[in-house]
Amino acid sequence: MTQHETIRVQLNGKEREIEAGLTVRSLLESLDLKPGMVVVELNREILERDSYPTVTVSEGDTLELVHFVGGG
Amino acid sequence: MIDEARALDGPLVIGGETFVSRLIVGTGKYETNEIMVDAIRASGAEMVTVAVRRVDLDRTKAEGILHHLDPDEFFLLANTAGCYTAEDAVRYARLARAAGFNDFVKLEVIGDEKTLLPDVAATLEAARTLSDEGFKVMAYTNDDLITALRLEDAGCVAVMPLASPIGSGLGVVNPYFIREIKSRLEVPVIVDAGVGTASDACVTMEQGVDGVLMNTALAAADDPVRMSHAMKHSSVAARLPYLAGRMPSREIAVPSSPTKGMLD
Repeated sequence: MTQHETIRVQLNGKEREIEAGLTVRSLLESLDLKPGMVVVELNREILERDSYPTVTVSEGDTLELVHFVGGG
Repeated sequence: MIDEARALDGPLVIGGETFVSRLIVGTGKYETNEIMVDAIRASGAEMVTVAVRRVDLDRTKAEGILHHLDPDEFFLLANTAGCYTAEDAVRYARLARAAGFNDFVKLEVIGDEKTLLPDVAATLEAARTLSDEGFKVMAYTNDDLITALRLEDAGCVAVMPLASPIGSGLGVVNPYFIREIKSRLEVPVIVDAGVGTASDACVTMEQGVDGVLMNTALAAADDPVRMSHAMKHSSVAARLPYLAGRMPSREIAVPSSPTKGMLD
């Protein structure tokens, strides 16, 4: 089995190593997150959900994955 | 019986959305998600607040609230709680809107960690930016008339002065200011924060405001579901005295029975 090439990204405030060439959608899938349940900010820009399958994550990207939690 | 009472009142209309209940409730700090859902249902609230936070990728904490709360059952009002700058609040509001439910946001810009009192200058700045971007802003603010008027001018669809500090349960510390704000604004005035128990909700609603928003009073009660029932009733019960127009209070007794016709 060949070793996948990896890239380093900032994901929710932590540096993580992920597979190179992943789209946002495949990244969410790898994290077991449903695209409809999260909002993604890539380098401080909010991504439209329609673009998840086409936008690719690159080395050094900063991603924020947020959702709704209990609050007042 | 509560429906009969409600028939004597009109609906609450905020930013073009119509609600029967004048109670808006938070979803934070409940011991379990099951208690939260039961308590919210018992409160009769249709609009519920939620917060925007990072997904916990280590999954040590509970999952997102939408796994428990049906967005078809409740109108979600995302907040910007925890934000200390206008810039952060705008960022959180945009993220919330991108979730795709509605354009409403409960704007909250905190100015002080100890009291959680709002930074009104930053709140105004964020309110202007968000209103320009088409958000329907419900702004949490101090019980200050001038700020309330400015927030209305900024385009807010509701202005939400505090009764007392968030989570304090101190009730309405300045009913006069709340009344003054209500009498001067065209948009709905919702009292947000500080209500501790049913009598506080009554005092709040008796000032004539359009609604009341609470979280800790329910979540931190020993029995949140029972407290939610009480709050549902007080939000209705205390609305009617305002509409009915209470008798003047006076520091002298006046007999209720005729003074004539007494026996010798």
